[in-house]
Amino acid sequence: MNSYKMNLNRRKFLTNTTAAVGGIGMAFASVPFIGSWLPSAKAKALGAPVEVDVSQIQEGQKITVAWRGQPIFIINRTQEHLNVARSTSNEQLRDPNSNESLQPEYARNDVRSIRENILVLIGLCTHLGCVPLYKPKMGELDSSWRGGFFCPCHGSKFDFSGRVFKGVPAPTNLSVPPHKYVGSNRLIIGEGA
Amino acid sequence: MDKENALKSWVDKRFPLTELWNDHVAKYYAPKNLNFWYYFGALSMVVLVLQIITGIWLTMNYNPSAEGAFDSIEYIMRDVPFGWLLRYMHSTGASFFFIVVYLHMFRAMLYGSYKKPRELVWIIGLLIYLCLMMEAFFGYLLPWGQMSFWGAKVITSLFGAVPFIGDWLMEIIRGDFNVSGVTLNRFFALHVVAIPLILLGLVVVHIISLHEVGSNNPDGIEIKKLKDENGIPKDGIAFHPYYTSKDAVGLVVFLILFSTVIFYYPTMGGYFLEAPNFDPANALVTPEHIAPVWYFTPFYAILRAVPDKLAGVLAMGVAVVIFFFLPWLDRSNVKSIRYRGPFYRMFLTLFVISFVILGWLGMEVPTPEKTLLAQICSFIYFSFFFLMPIYTTLDKNKTVPKRLT
Repeated sequence: MNSYKMNLNRRKFLTNTTAAVGGIGMAFASVPFIGSWLPSAKAKALGAPVEVDVSQIQEGQKITVAWRGQPIFIINRTQEHLNVARSTSNEQLRDPNSNESLQPEYARNDVRSIRENILVLIGLCTHLGCVPLYKPKMGELDSSWRGGFFCPCHGSKFDFSGRVFKGVPAPTNLSVPPHKYVGSNRLIIGEGA
Repeated sequence: MDKENALKSWVDKRFPLTELWNDHVAKYYAPKNLNFWYYFGALSMVVLVLQIITGIWLTMNYNPSAEGAFDSIEYIMRDVPFGWLLRYMHSTGASFFFIVVYLHMFRAMLYGSYKKPRELVWIIGLLIYLCLMMEAFFGYLLPWGQMSFWGAKVITSLFGAVPFIGDWLMEIIRGDFNVSGVTLNRFFALHVVAIPLILLGLVVVHIISLHEVGSNNPDGIEIKKLKDENGIPKDGIAFHPYYTSKDAVGLVVFLILFSTVIFYYPTMGGYFLEAPNFDPANALVTPEHIAPVWYFTPFYAILRAVPDKLAGVLAMGVAVVIFFFLPWLDRSNVKSIRYRGPFYRMFLTLFVISFVILGWLGMEVPTPEKTLLAQICSFIYFSFFFLMPIYTTLDKNKTVPKRLT
């Protein structure tokens, strides 16, 4: 036994390499466990596009449809709504030109829509995901209210184009989902143009 | 040797049964002056056991799917024999768990139990508290009512505030593009298997580390410094029979209060079971007013007090995590409030007041005045921690006696 000389450096090297290889193995082995938490094929299939006939929506009316389990607001804005939205001063809005907000390129204009009157929004507050309430009437919330959306959870306010006002917790404008028109009245939500 | 002793020695040669019993119960010497604040550690273990037992019984009739969850809760409440009792024990137990744990934590702050050499006891305790928060959060989704759904929605949305990977993180937690039956199913798995396992492990570690350093006491004096000729602390008494019998008294009082709530006030006026949760979950309609259950509201109020999403989420996270640093923020050479100077007493009082006010504000609909109040209270809350190194150094402490009083 005495003739055997311990090589501590070699032992340390072997311990470290074994630990490193084991660690890499663990990292790879964790992939299926973490990956299994992502949306399944079934959940993805349920996220298929939905179709809406926009000719059935009255002027000033808001309808809600479900896409990917999320509420999608479709609003047929009146000329007055559009005037109010256009005349909101940029000073009051956090992101008036929708630079920070999520919307397809074709909906990134002054009224955030393809067709001027038809506004399509994901009806989830960009703060913590509550469904904002549609408050189209002047003075419905307080005397300075000119119409738009109000989130009951944490008090975020949005104008008639879903643009967020300053001084509320929501960081960005309400998102616009990918959508396109087929023919004159068929609106497809979930597919871009 | 009689038969009983023969069996005992047979076991002891194969498993350290007597040794474990002596180390942790019969010959574990605790300070002789532990007052009523020391009930809550033992009581939280009782609640843990109750939650596990009632939880197992509830899973026998619960259906963790978006289609069946809400109905199965009603089935338990109406059709399963004693189902209502098991369910109310479990839902009331959740609130009582937080009551005893908050009192247990406050005790540590009163008597400086987190200070050297008990830093690890404190940190492991906080890990238990984090597990408890997760357990409560996952469990609250299971009845699949409106508040379950929207509470889960809001909390999972918090992860969306993480820069760059926020959306991916939200999707991987929910397992869908929105909170759905998939989310419900995985929360069920976490609530009944994963977190309880971790929780039990941590409780064992908490007690092992406590018994290594020994219990603190209302005087904050280390009893191990003064031992008699047998090596037993002069101011210590054996945990069993002295504290087991004392804790039994506390347990009786606790059970009286606990059963009063279960039998007469199971929803506690909406504080333990919120009214909107008697409506099935609906992904397209948010209730008029969303508030978490009372034990989360102080942190929720801090979240809302900050008018910026990421900063709000960070403030809320810091409000919880800051407790981990308490042993090092506190520079006082005295442990117990009894011998601390006026600064610590004042700050601790302000902290408790702001915590309670934040708890109330978190349940209220936000108005500009209430938001301002929440901001003031959040400021006091954080000042308690961030100014601690300064005021605990400046404080004029009293002299600590050599023996327990």
